Amino acid sequence: MNLPDEAATIALGARLARALRPGLVVWLRGDLGAGKTTLVRALLHGLGHQGRVKSPTYTLIEPYQAGGLELRHFDLYRFQDESEWEAAGFRDEFDGHNICLVEWPEMAQGLVPEADVEIGLQIVPHGRAARLRAYSEAGKRCLNAL
Amino acid sequence: MKKLIPQLVLGIESSCDETGIALYHQQDGLLAHALYTQAAMHSEYGGVVPELASRDHVRRALPLIRQTLDQADRQLADLDAIAYTRGPGLAGALLVGTSVACALGYALDIPVLGIHHLEGHLLSPLLADPAPALPFVALLVSGGHTQLMRVDGVGQYTLLGETLDDAAGEAFDKSAKLLGLGYPGGPELAKLAEHGDAARFKLPRPMLHSGDLDFSFSGLKTAVLTLTKQHEMTDSTRADIAAAAQAAIVDVLVGKAQAALKQTGLKQLVIAGGVGANRLLRSQLDAAAVRKGVRVFYPALEFCTDNGAMIAFAGAMRLRQQAPQDGYAFAIKPRWDLQQIG
Repeated sequence: MNLPDEAATIALGARLARALRPGLVVWLRGDLGAGKTTLVRALLHGLGHQGRVKSPTYTLIEPYQAGGLELRHFDLYRFQDESEWEAAGFRDEFDGHNICLVEWPEMAQGLVPEADVEIGLQIVPHGRAARLRAYSEAGKRCLNAL
Repeated sequence: MKKLIPQLVLGIESSCDETGIALYHQQDGLLAHALYTQAAMHSEYGGVVPELASRDHVRRALPLIRQTLDQADRQLADLDAIAYTRGPGLAGALLVGTSVACALGYALDIPVLGIHHLEGHLLSPLLADPAPALPFVALLVSGGHTQLMRVDGVGQYTLLGETLDDAAGEAFDKSAKLLGLGYPGGPELAKLAEHGDAARFKLPRPMLHSGDLDFSFSGLKTAVLTLTKQHEMTDSTRADIAAAAQAAIVDVLVGKAQAALKQTGLKQLVIAGGVGANRLLRSQLDAAAVRKGVRVFYPALEFCTDNGAMIAFAGAMRLRQQAPQDGYAFAIKPRWDLQQIG
């Protein structure tokens, strides 16, 4: 899927918002500046979230309630130590109810639950390219609903 | 029977990476404070993002409390109250500080009080000498925050503007990463920028003229990324991009801080947060201050980054004017709007 500009990324986020169901784990992959947080922001706004969606790089996790859903926006860029997973209470957030949107899942490999949906964002000469893949039945239902 | 206003207050900060402990006395001021961090404390300024492994508050809190008491030559039995960071922050981290505070308070039969992390930052300039007089405008700039606040007194804070996406320290750190300086590399970026020509590349000044006091630094990161792809990364080009990035971030911070002073009519500006140590930021703020007849305060770096002293102090200030919390129930607030605390 081609995303020629930020507006296209935002439109994708809004469409994704409508396809989300409780418990879904979404991995977001892509380099710094690829638009991962922009996509999550659009998704949350698509669900009706009114407030700001700040980068969770520092806090590692930002919780949201929007559209009747519980969402957790993770950024594991600064994640370095396995014991942190337990200590910071991250394991508890993947409770089958929260929708977990995870940036930099590769930083906590083996700890982050497998993705239902993986979104890869790539920087290409003209904008961004998004690749969406489903890895479970729930993930397939989500992508079919797109 | 404890005195009406608790005199000796223990402060516990554990909202994110740092574990900070301090002792503040209503008459004698700050008696001792200790911080556990793996961040290089010699680094010029923050966005200080220590290793996550350091966020092991459970194992650090009690030894640090002991160390702080020893430093001040006090004992647990001398404490009159305990202030702890209740939020906002990382739930797991907040829970540690909160449970230690409540358990200790219960065991010692002394009151406890939960403090808003940002209130700690906003009041901490009052710990410095010279201290600004109230009211003042505070620019809080770190790896996790970029906010302009009006501070009229304890519990009287007005958010004037804040970042819509990335924090200023994060913009430094991520630009540094894009330039191959590692992460977090904000201080290294500033160092590299000293050898660069800030005029060679023109980077956007996001929202500088937006008419409000909000910030946005995410687009700057993308602009830096584009530059790194367009040019061969020689040493001088990297230095020029670093200089351009630093100049853009600093221009926006200075411009918005000046606009906040103008809008509020206040004459004192306090810079809190690790990015406040950036030399270019300081020189531009000072130059602008001279032109406009305002005064800029830079609290010592140890009180700019997350620390226990600000929590002990904010707790002590609040206990002068309000009762502590009722009981010892843990009620952390990972998300907590400062405007709601009053």
